Amino acid sequence: MALALQQLINGLTLGAVYGLIAIGYTMVYGIIGMINFAHGDIYMVSAFIAVTVFTILATFGVSSVPLALLLVLIVAVLFTSVYGWAVERIAYRPLRGATRLAPLISAIGMSIFLQNMVQLTQGARVKPIPPVLVGGIDLLTVDGFTVRLAYTQILIVLVTVALMSGFTYLITKTSFGRQQRSCEQDRTMTALLGINVDRTISLTFMLGAALAAVAGVMVTVYYGVVDFYIGFVAGIKAFTAAVLGGIGSLPGAMLGGLLIGLIEAFWAAYLSAEYKDVATFSILILVLMFRPSGLLGRPEVEKV
Amino acid sequence: MMLQLSGVHAHYGSIHALHGVDVAVQVGEVVTLIGANGAGKSTLMMSIFGQPRASAGRIVFDGEDITALPTHEIARRGISLVPEGRRIFPRMTVIENLQMGAVLGEEMNFAVDLKRMYALFPILEERCTQSAGTLSGGEQQMLAIARALMSRPQLLLLDEPSLGLAPLYIKKIFQIVRELNREHGMTILLVEQNAHHALRVAHRAYVLQHGEIILSGTGSELLASPEVRAAYLEAGQKTETAA
Ligand SMILES: Nc1ncnc2c1ncn2[C@@H]1O[C@H](COP(=O)(O)OP(=O)(O)O)[C@@H](O)[C@H]1O
Ligand SMILES: [Mg+2]
Repeated sequence: MALALQQLINGLTLGAVYGLIAIGYTMVYGIIGMINFAHGDIYMVSAFIAVTVFTILATFGVSSVPLALLLVLIVAVLFTSVYGWAVERIAYRPLRGATRLAPLISAIGMSIFLQNMVQLTQGARVKPIPPVLVGGIDLLTVDGFTVRLAYTQILIVLVTVALMSGFTYLITKTSFGRQQRSCEQDRTMTALLGINVDRTISLTFMLGAALAAVAGVMVTVYYGVVDFYIGFVAGIKAFTAAVLGGIGSLPGAMLGGLLIGLIEAFWAAYLSAEYKDVATFSILILVLMFRPSGLLGRPEVEKV
Repeated sequence: MMLQLSGVHAHYGSIHALHGVDVAVQVGEVVTLIGANGAGKSTLMMSIFGQPRASAGRIVFDGEDITALPTHEIARRGISLVPEGRRIFPRMTVIENLQMGAVLGEEMNFAVDLKRMYALFPILEERCTQSAGTLSGGEQQMLAIARALMSRPQLLLLDEPSLGLAPLYIKKIFQIVRELNREHGMTILLVEQNAHHALRVAHRAYVLQHGEIILSGTGSELLASPEVRAAYLEAGQKTETAA
């Protein structure tokens, strides 16, 4: 029982992170009907930015945790939005109207480029960061097992809830959100109404990247380390979350993220920690086979 | 001159849809474009917005060459289109659709314009929070027209607004076209298969066949023309066969 509660907490934390990354996949798919294969890296890049900035701040003796976190978030969000913008500009826009495979390949190319660049500048080793936020609240102890809610977990959940609320507001209530949705439904008609569709698409890539950047920073704080493998796997898990929730659906991405986080946490605790990634990939395959439109997605209608 | 197309050609891949079309619309006019199915009427309307872009020729609006401008910039010059098939945003509410139409307008005009549209189309007020996809065809057409008017355009393009609608709605649409023009001085370019109605409301008209203008004149001239009567009025809505 205590273990289950602990895994519930861990699963929700992970799920929040996957959900934030999944939003980027789902929004880009919604607006251009294609998967952004360079999106998974944003998480990895922002994690490395976090490591670098935290280390620099530590050498300058900045000891205020909120200030350090804020600075890291700002740098990571700025840098990765530029990256998101560049991916659209370089890999997707020039190939709009080409076969669907072409932008996919160019996006993977950009992704490989980015991974190598990070590896060259950062080295391939696993990197630790100075402890930023330590400690937590012990909730209860049963038979010597203590259920613990770490401060980082509280932080992750709070930030995620705030971001997702803000984001939902942006999409459902603001002028930009309406333009984003109208582009999803009919890009030509949107342009006929005087809206700059290219700009809306760019902003969508940038927003998705910014959310993934926040996820990357928070996970760095949570685990205290970053490595390539984590970045790669997290990208695929978030992608699975987006597909499970229904690619193109915003609430679906959030729900899918939570489910993947929970499944992973419980699988690791009760079945096999070694093979926890297998759970995610099995889900991806099963969803694609039996319910490609996902839990909340609309059944696929061929775009005209 | 408000709008002038000179020698405009348009292609869809290897399909040559417009063969050097000359069309002019003067300030305050209702000009109609009639022609059989597949003649190139919709292509002409869309090519004004660069969708598809004219492969040769020139399009001038209000003294400015707009041939090469991006689509959204052309709309921003003050041209508004009610496209064939309406193309309302089905998964947005009626109000959101109208907000989309008002993107170019001033913030403060929105409330005033919304009221105007509700007065013109009371059904839209009743349905304002409903998903546009749940409206009937006629209601969607009203919404498409209202959306186009929300930007306060100088030139309104209507592509077969009466297509597939019940007679009551058809009557309403032609009544609105007349009212917008007579009472508000709106310049209108109207594409219709419903040639009879269209020629009666129009000051001038063009007949398009196989991507070429084959006839033009005042509305009443064309109404009286034996060729037009034979091809577009008496035979009703027949489709174009190989000439
Ligand atoms: N999107 C398109 N792709 C390819 N061909 C098209 C497209 N739209 C129209 N056409 C072709 O261009 C010609 C003119 O069509 P259109 O402008 O729709 O005629 P109209 O509006 O007068 O019925 C037709 O031969 C039609 O088949
Ligand atoms: Mg047509």
